Amino acid sequence: MAKTLYDKIWESHLVDEQNDGTSLLYIDRHLVHEVTSPQAFEGLRLSNRKVKLPGSTLAVVDHNVPTTDRSKGIADKESAIQVETLSKNCKDFGIEFFGLTDKRQGIVHVIGPEQGFTQPGMTIVCGDSHTSTHGAFGALAFGIGTSEVEHVLATQTLIQSRAKNFKISVDGKLPLGVTAKDVILSIIGNIGTAGGTGYVIEYCGEVFRNFSMEERMTVCNMSIEAGARAGLVTPDQKTFDYIKGRPLAPKGENWEKALNYWSNLYTDKDAKFDRELYLQGKDIEPTVTWGTSPQDIASINGKVPDPNLEKNEDRKKSILRSLDYMGLEPNTAIQDIKIDKVFIGSCTNGRIEDLREVAKIVKGKKVNKSVDAIVVPGSGLVKLQAEKEGLDKIFKDSGFDWREPGCSMCLGMNPDQLKPKERCASTSNRNFEGRQGRGGRTHLVSPVMAAAAAIEGKFVDIRKII
Amino acid sequence: MEKFTKLKSIAADLQISNIDTDMIIPKQFLKTIKRTGLGSALFYEMRYDEKGNVIKNFILNNTPFNKAKILISGKNFGCGSSREHAPWALLDFGIRCIIAESFADIFYNNCFKNGILPIILPENQVKELSEAARKNKEIEIDLIDQKIHKGDNRPFDFEIESFRKECLLNGYDDIALTLKKDAKIESFEQRKKNLTPWLY
Repeated sequence: MAKTLYDKIWESHLVDEQNDGTSLLYIDRHLVHEVTSPQAFEGLRLSNRKVKLPGSTLAVVDHNVPTTDRSKGIADKESAIQVETLSKNCKDFGIEFFGLTDKRQGIVHVIGPEQGFTQPGMTIVCGDSHTSTHGAFGALAFGIGTSEVEHVLATQTLIQSRAKNFKISVDGKLPLGVTAKDVILSIIGNIGTAGGTGYVIEYCGEVFRNFSMEERMTVCNMSIEAGARAGLVTPDQKTFDYIKGRPLAPKGENWEKALNYWSNLYTDKDAKFDRELYLQGKDIEPTVTWGTSPQDIASINGKVPDPNLEKNEDRKKSILRSLDYMGLEPNTAIQDIKIDKVFIGSCTNGRIEDLREVAKIVKGKKVNKSVDAIVVPGSGLVKLQAEKEGLDKIFKDSGFDWREPGCSMCLGMNPDQLKPKERCASTSNRNFEGRQGRGGRTHLVSPVMAAAAAIEGKFVDIRKII
Repeated sequence: MEKFTKLKSIAADLQISNIDTDMIIPKQFLKTIKRTGLGSALFYEMRYDEKGNVIKNFILNNTPFNKAKILISGKNFGCGSSREHAPWALLDFGIRCIIAESFADIFYNNCFKNGILPIILPENQVKELSEAARKNKEIEIDLIDQKIHKGDNRPFDFEIESFRKECLLNGYDDIALTLKKDAKIESFEQRKKNLTPWLY
């Protein structure tokens, strides 16, 4: 029977299946960070259990870490305790750990691919919803809760039920200035934040084939914002070239074996999907979110919606609540929205390619006087690479703050937060109420759109600049 | 994990769609290294103003709903992050059952690991329960028979996967159950070591 890529990965990891479909799935790789793991390690200790495969587990601190000077450690006491707790847990249980001063430290979903930890055909989990990022490599990767983190640590398996298959194809070419971020925001706007619930999405079509690995990661990263368990892209030569030579990539004879295995990871021609969506690349525009859900999207040439035109009562209520929170009037043109802050970074858009694109836009220009702008590289290695290319100088000359790596203002667990009513053009993934700081107003955009907004002090059509 | 068999309580009705995990428990409370004591942080920014004063018209701040063990909400409840702090906060507040039209995947899963029963019902039934809740009527959840009694003779049926039901009814520890399959896991791993040796 013809199978999808998801079916193939699922079946090759199935340890056991009960009559009601409850399955035991083998987990190849486990990423761990400081926020969702302390209670899991505590659970192991209380029940006298060990970590089954410490070598398949990699830990890093990212959520709590300051992005300013780190020489004096972490000022916030609770954050410091959480970071120290992970360090101790890793030592006690024999897990490799990238600490605060390690140059490899960074956002968990940036460092996995960077180290070659992430590979095609694997099952990868992490106590973080944006684990879907790793699907860009043709790995089945998804976020789990802390109880499940403990379960994987103890057993290297997870109790799961099989998801359905959802094909999203974007064909043709994207207009200049339209990015992977605009593609995924458009998809979420199209199917809604619950549109992918119960599914694993496979991204197909020319647009994804043409995407770099970084762009594929941006798309897969936000699969969770569409409610999907995971996102997948078929691994190809670009995938293999990206992995080759990375510290944890297969070497020598194993490289050949792996390449052979990876080359068979694709959806069969006649495989059936439970749901399909076809979009055209040429129809996608630079996109800005206006509300408090990633599905609240508008084109850069669009307007904030008018709740009075909404017939569905539930939706009308949501729009009213969002507009009130966001401090926006109905029918405001997106290009008339002024911003106070710009955040460039996160597991969605904090990779070297994102920083290069931003640098191209801001080179020789100045950040608007009314705007505070920061660039937070996704990892220490991204930071080093950017500095090697002189990108840091371009950012600093333009008036951006150049920071240390971490999750930063994507969720504001560290001091990088919005103040109430501050409005931010953000390259991150969530615009929920309070996400970047209580009362803070987040507009999700691509790195180039955020860069242009930093210069102009408001949203502008990037297509008119490049 | 505490067993779940039957639950009788008034219900708090929070009819907002897409309640996300940042709403359920904001980031500043994720710095804990414990599972307990998060009830006071539940829906923090909806329950307290910027100065920490109680927001009076929020349902969970009002008697008798501050004692509700059942929460009724809109579509896509629990969307967003994987933070298990969300169900921990609900549980610590006293909520053992959430009824909604749909749930986000990771949150739904996390509930079962903590003895919380999430129930999916069609829109018209959620509406009916929400009206009953607003009239302070008690609702009884019977997991054994998979029925919701609301004081008339027309109980609603609900679906639940049989394994999840067993775990809730008995308060099973997932890990202990999986470890019983240790031999299967080991033989699977051996096969995998031959097939994909570069992973080991």
